[in-house]
Order: sequence, then C-alpha cells, then structure tokens
Amino acid sequence: MKKEFVYLGILAVLMLALPAVAGPYWLSVATLILYFAYTGQAWNVMMGFAGQLSLGHSLYVGVGAYAAGAIFFHYGIGPWAGLWVAMLLCVALGLVIGFLAFRFGISGVYFALLTIAFAEFTRIGFDHLDWLGGPGGMFLKVAQRDTWDVLNFRGPPLMYYYSMLLLTALAFLGCYFLLKSRAGYYWQAIRENEEAAQALGINTFRWKMAAVALSAAMTSISGVFFAFYYNNLFPHEIFSMNRSIELILGPVIGGIGTLFGPIFGAAVLTLLSDGITEALAALGWEIPGIKQVFYGLVLLAVVMFLPHGIWPAIAKRLKIRA
Amino acid sequence: MLEVRHVSKSFRGLRAVNDASFEVPAGGINGLIGPNGAGKTTIFNLIAGVYAPDGGEIVFEGKRIDGLRPDQVCAAGIGRTFQLVKPFAGLTVLDNVVVGALHRSKNVSEARIFSGTILKKLGLDAKAHLPASSLTLPDRKRLEVARALATRPRLLLLDEVMAGLRPTECDQMVEVFRDINRAEGLTILLIEHVMRAVMALARHIGVLHHGVVIARGTPEQVVRDPAVLECYLGEETKI
Repeated sequence: MKKEFVYLGILAVLMLALPAVAGPYWLSVATLILYFAYTGQAWNVMMGFAGQLSLGHSLYVGVGAYAAGAIFFHYGIGPWAGLWVAMLLCVALGLVIGFLAFRFGISGVYFALLTIAFAEFTRIGFDHLDWLGGPGGMFLKVAQRDTWDVLNFRGPPLMYYYSMLLLTALAFLGCYFLLKSRAGYYWQAIRENEEAAQALGINTFRWKMAAVALSAAMTSISGVFFAFYYNNLFPHEIFSMNRSIELILGPVIGGIGTLFGPIFGAAVLTLLSDGITEALAALGWEIPGIKQVFYGLVLLAVVMFLPHGIWPAIAKRLKIRA
Repeated sequence: MLEVRHVSKSFRGLRAVNDASFEVPAGGINGLIGPNGAGKTTIFNLIAGVYAPDGGEIVFEGKRIDGLRPDQVCAAGIGRTFQLVKPFAGLTVLDNVVVGALHRSKNVSEARIFSGTILKKLGLDAKAHLPASSLTLPDRKRLEVARALATRPRLLLLDEVMAGLRPTECDQMVEVFRDINRAEGLTILLIEHVMRAVMALARHIGVLHHGVVIARGTPEQVVRDPAVLECYLGEETKI
C-alpha cells in the first residue's frame, strides 16, 4: 500500500521536473503520452470499470474539440467557457447512446457497434456543417506562443504539458477514489456479471448510464485540449475509427480496468512508435508501412503473452497492486 | 409473508408454470420440490423479477411485486441465489459480498466490516482476499449465499444451493441455514433436488409438477401423498 504511493510520488516529481531536462521534442512526446494516458483513463471508466465496450470514443474527442474550438473561432471566447459546452454536449450524446443501448438490451459487441455508428455518422454530419468548416477543417488562430495566455489557453508547449500532467493526475486520483467507492463496486459487479449485480439490488441501467456520462465528460476535455493544442480540426481525422482505436490501445496494452495501466500503456505505445521510427530511420529501411508492421507485431506479442496487459505483470514483480 | 396467486408463465407456447399458488409463512424454512423441468426455477425467477408473469399476482408483505425489476425486488427485501452460480470472478471473495452489503449501508468501510461477519458465518473468512474465481464449487455456493445475505433480506430464495455438494458439506450448509433462521428469523424458501436437505430443513413443502402445484404440507404429509409418489416414482401398478 505505502510502496505504491512512494513510486507514484517519485514519478510525479520526475514528471514535474521533466521540462527542465527535456528539449522541445521530448516535451512534445511527453505531452502526447499524457494525452493518451488521460483519454485512455476516461475510456477505462466505461470499459475497465463498468465493462461497457466503446469503440467510438473519438466521438467525444471530436465533439468536445469542435464545441470549444467553434466558440473560440467564432466568438473569441476561450476554452474555459467552451469546456462546459463541450462536456454538456458529450454527456448528452453519451446518454442518448446509453439509453438506446441499455433500454433495449443492446450489449457487448452490439453496443460497441452502436458507438462506432454514432462516431461515424457524426463524422459525416460534420462534413456538411459549413459553420464548422466542413470537410475543409476548422483552424484556430495561432497566437503568440511565447507568452502564457491562460485565459485563452494559448501559450508555449510547456503550458500544454503541465495542463495535461494536471489532468492526468486528477483523473488518476479521481479514478482511485471512485474505484474504492460504492460506484466502483457497483460498476465492477456489473462488469463481472450483470444479472447477479441486479439481483443484489443494483439498478444496472442507472449505473451504466453514469459510467457512460462520466467517461464522455472526461473524454470531452481531451477534445478541448486537442483543439487548442493542434489548432486544426478535420472531421475525417478527429472522428475516425483509427482515432477511437488509438485511444483504447493504451489501456488495452497497459491493462484494462487497472488504474495505472492506461498511463503505462500510453507511455509504452508512444515511445514504441517513436522508437520504431527512429530505429527504421537509422537502419535506412524505407519500406512504406513497415512501421505499422512492427507496431502490430509488438501489440500481437503483448496480447498473446500478457492478455491482461503489461502493467499487472509488472505490478506483480514490484509486489504492488495493479 | 409471500403469496403466489394463480401465477402462470409460458415460453414460446410451453407452459413452464401453470396457475401455481402457494404461500410462504413468515419465519420458517420452506421447500419447493419437484422433478426436473417442473418449473421450480421459473417460479423463482418470477418472484425475483427476472420475468414478469403472464397472469396471476405475487404479493410480498402485502405489496405486489410481480413485474418489478430484480433490483427492486431485492430492495423490497428478497434475496436470491442462482442455481448456476454467478460470482464476480475478478473480484475478491470479500468484495463480492461487499457489493451486496452496499445495498443497505452506503458506507464502504461499514459494508466491509459487515461483509466480514457474514463470511465468517459461512466459513469463508479464511478465503476473503482470494479472487472469487479461485473458489471450488461448494465455496462458490457459499459465496452465493453470503452475497444474498449481505443485502439483509427478510426472505431468502435459495436455488439448489445443495446440489453438487457432498453429504457432509450439505449438512454444514443445513446447519448454517438453521442458525440464520433461528438467530435472525429470516424466512427461507428453498428449491432442492436433494431430498435429504429438504426433509431436514423445511417445515412446509410445496411439490411442483409440470408447472402445477400438486401437493402442499409438512414433509411427512408430502412424502405420503399419492400424487407426489406418482410423479416421483411412477404410477402404482397391480401385478
């Protein structure tokens, strides 16, 4: 118990101090890792805790990004207001999907298909929304990047790094306490056996809806971050199936349902992806698609040999709880 | 305490339960027996809210509960076990019970303490921190009971908790139910194949055959009832 907090404390200090030693490249890699860690954690609430598989989480990233982005783009209002709009929209969408699925007994793979369908038709819808730039995309004004304009969330990479670090830490702590609460017990019970959960007095419909709403709200913040970090949004990119899959690989590889798995998985995958690129460049192999082949092979190996993810296996070695 | 009145349920034309009526008086241990496919589990599922009956009504403590969802039936004060055990395999034995205990006490640490006492009662306290997936079948059956008890029901429905247990394990379980019934006045309705357990435990027995209640009474009355003998042993023929 104590040991875990010591490790976490060390990690937190290292992450806080990282910008002092890391150059711009490594800072951007670290920001990306945190982005995936946070978003993976958000997805994990729904799948890892409550057992509801979403393969369309890019929906919430996209809607969140476009909501806050559009408010800034059209009215010049910073993301602190847009954030709430983004969250509300995403929670509403999540509840609609949840209602359709859970009221009519759509579960498992069919539920996953429903989430994909929503992401897909939102993508197509956004292609036709001229107010949001349509397929040509929406571009946020890139302001001076050397001053910290916290109000409009514009500033140097360091600001984005620290805000993502804060988000990831908050999500981790939030999930830590959530898992130990009544909600955590109920969600895990629903994940393990819904019929038995219901027989023990759990209103499974309500608790599944709560998981979807929370996950959607958390993911919408990823979207807001995405909009203000990358400054350009395209429906075919942000809503794509690839993005949904990319988001869930972290927790899947790290360990679904664990607290640290999404963070660990995000780090492994991002570093792996960069490492393969570097290694291939050093070797001078320039075959199109070869990076994806290596990436896929590593994922395959993890899924085959560590089906519960890498983190539980490491946690066992370190003699701490996953 | 519980009254089942003229309840029927069909699945695709097959009448699983046909106009069944019986009562469960408060405070006792009651049995529902019958050969395979007699409709016992269906009746349980009707009471527990898994299905709504096609006709008839189910009244618990003066209130109609037919048509309620399983979680509402649990909230009304009825706990149940599953014939095919359904543990939360990825959780520890203790956490399995805590899920049930949280139904009455919203405080997690309180629920954990309460769950500990229930595990002790069922002799599972030594295994509290093992994952439920590691339990043997008899222990899983105990866990089913522990989880249901944790919701603090006033009526406990036990679906074949003795099936698959060795006679000594069966006797242990019988003792546990006797204790709980004596100590807390919990009313128990059990479905059993294992006649030995039913005879030892039940004060009242209902016999179900082809979805119809064919006999009711004390164990002694029921085993001498010609209709019961017929359905269990076949018709008497004169040679």
